[in-house]
Amino acid sequence: MFPYEHYLRYDKFPHIWCTGCGCGIVLKAMLRAIERSKISKNSIALVSGIGCSSRTPGYVDFNTLHTTHGRAIAFATGLKLAKPELKIVVVSGDGDATAIGGNHFIHAARRNVDMTVIIYNNHIYGMTGGQASPTTPLGNRASTAPYGSIEPSFDISGLAIAAGASFVARSTCYHATQLDKLITRGLLKRGFALIEALTPCPTYYARPNRLGTSVDMLRWYKDNSIAVERARKMSEEERRGKVIIGVLHDTERTEFSDEYQKLIKKMKGKRR
Amino acid sequence: MIVARTGNEAMAEAMRQINPDVVAAYPITPATEVVQLFSSFVHDGLVDTEFVPAESEHSAISACAGAAAAGARVMTSTASQGLALMHEILFIAAGLRAPIVICLVNRSLSSPINIHCDHSDTLASRDAGWIQIYAENAQEAYDTTIQAVKIAEEALLPALVTTDAFIISHGMERVELVDDKAVPKFLGERKVKHSLLDVDNPVTLGPLDLQDYFFEHKRSEIDAMNHVLPTIEKVQKEYGDKFGRYYSTVEEYKLDDADVAILAMGSTAGTAKVAVERLREQGKKVGLIRSRVYRPFPQTAMLKAMTKVKVVGIMDRADTLSTLGGHLYTECRSILYDADNRPLLKNYIYGLGGRDISIEEIEAMYDELLTIQKSGQVDKNIVYYGVRGE
Repeated sequence: MFPYEHYLRYDKFPHIWCTGCGCGIVLKAMLRAIERSKISKNSIALVSGIGCSSRTPGYVDFNTLHTTHGRAIAFATGLKLAKPELKIVVVSGDGDATAIGGNHFIHAARRNVDMTVIIYNNHIYGMTGGQASPTTPLGNRASTAPYGSIEPSFDISGLAIAAGASFVARSTCYHATQLDKLITRGLLKRGFALIEALTPCPTYYARPNRLGTSVDMLRWYKDNSIAVERARKMSEEERRGKVIIGVLHDTERTEFSDEYQKLIKKMKGKRR
Repeated sequence: MIVARTGNEAMAEAMRQINPDVVAAYPITPATEVVQLFSSFVHDGLVDTEFVPAESEHSAISACAGAAAAGARVMTSTASQGLALMHEILFIAAGLRAPIVICLVNRSLSSPINIHCDHSDTLASRDAGWIQIYAENAQEAYDTTIQAVKIAEEALLPALVTTDAFIISHGMERVELVDDKAVPKFLGERKVKHSLLDVDNPVTLGPLDLQDYFFEHKRSEIDAMNHVLPTIEKVQKEYGDKFGRYYSTVEEYKLDDADVAILAMGSTAGTAKVAVERLREQGKKVGLIRSRVYRPFPQTAMLKAMTKVKVVGIMDRADTLSTLGGHLYTECRSILYDADNRPLLKNYIYGLGGRDISIEEIEAMYDELLTIQKSGQVDKNIVYYGVRGE
């Protein structure tokens, strides 16, 4: 049995997530990844914004910071610059990271700030009752899109790659063990690492879109996910409507807090 | 029509009847429901509103300001952090003289994060140039939402109508709705002197305004706020004459023969009224003052009410974090400076983060005020009521 107890704040349970919610699966994958990466729990700072995903830090025994809606990455950037020795992990959701906090998300990726950002993408604003988010697929329903969304959606991973992230991976709550491995790689990466985890929201996303239960949604992930290596050999037509999982992008770039420390050193030297 | 409605539902019903041209919003607990319900009215074709689901409150209020500048009748709803994120645009909307109405649910500002009631969110926006009216219950929230549109458009200033988080927003009450057709008739069409959609008479809004004219423009905005109270009183009276429910900027409850009074805003005034009834049965001469309108500050009416009694206990559901006490307390002390028969004052900061306030606790406050009246002494001016370690 994996030693989850070591990481949990039992006095904060029961958690607030709905029956069938995927947040707990991502939380457990994150804990397994942290254990696997051998990073001591006291050197981790877990930062979140607002939303269902952002309740995660309340339940776990790290240095935790629960911030305002959309600003987790901005707070985390400050944290990293002040204490570069900390391992920064940000947990966020699709609404938190790509709507209200979209600006911080792209700029942290552009600067390549060393942090691991785990985005729980459930395609909806779950906490406030199922409003359409930037990742609600075109044509899908939400409480603010009763006839189906007319807005094209964001590809979170694609956005991170385009903005300059050094590591980008995607998986789903069905592929929980893969999720651990991807988060582990993200944690060990020096630079901005994004892991997009598709999570079922049976309460607000499945219902209006008639996607069935959480089990049905997990089954859908199972049947419609394609490993990135295989997807690369497929035509655009064949890839349509599928979830491409695995490491989508992995590159080496100069990291922002390193550059910042270098600059400080250089300027101090000059003054003397 | 008499119906059972929560505060949020009542405000959404008012918005449906107002049928604004544009609603732009972003969800936030506990105000989400207002716009959520309203969006279903849009979906069902019950209103003609252009509905804009934005990607943040900052964007939502910006869209509202733009639409209002174009001449539209505009509304939105938010709470707490949402209003805080709107802060920059609140001043701009007021400066642009954009009569936007926000149905606001009062919720504590972070940090620590909390979703329950206090008044720290709207009180932190008190200097933004918005009219602020605090409802005591769902009925008043409904009535005031309708009134606010008329007040804002006549004054050319934006307005906030507030309810207490969960206590009013989610508490179901008896609400009397006016006839659907009567609301547009009461409000009339928005008349716009300078609108961006008037292509024959183009105007510029919001340009750089430096040492040459900024001060005059700001002065004219201050002047507009200085003249709002008669407009509010007029609209309250028109509404009362038409629909039978009258409101005043400062409500006096059993005050005329009272020795001591409590001053409160929002739902707590309702709780305090029960305490007054109970204590009156025991022969204690206690009364209540309720500040319904907070911005502009109803100085004259407040002064008149406060000087009727010997001691006023001022209940503030927020603190100014300035060593001076709560907002109502500091402002009431200020207006009493020139008064001849100043009452003694005691400030009770209470209910932060939604901590409950009971009838019994308010009764105990009244008893303390009666003791102060006898002794003529206030030993401690500012107390934090019901907090551990006090």
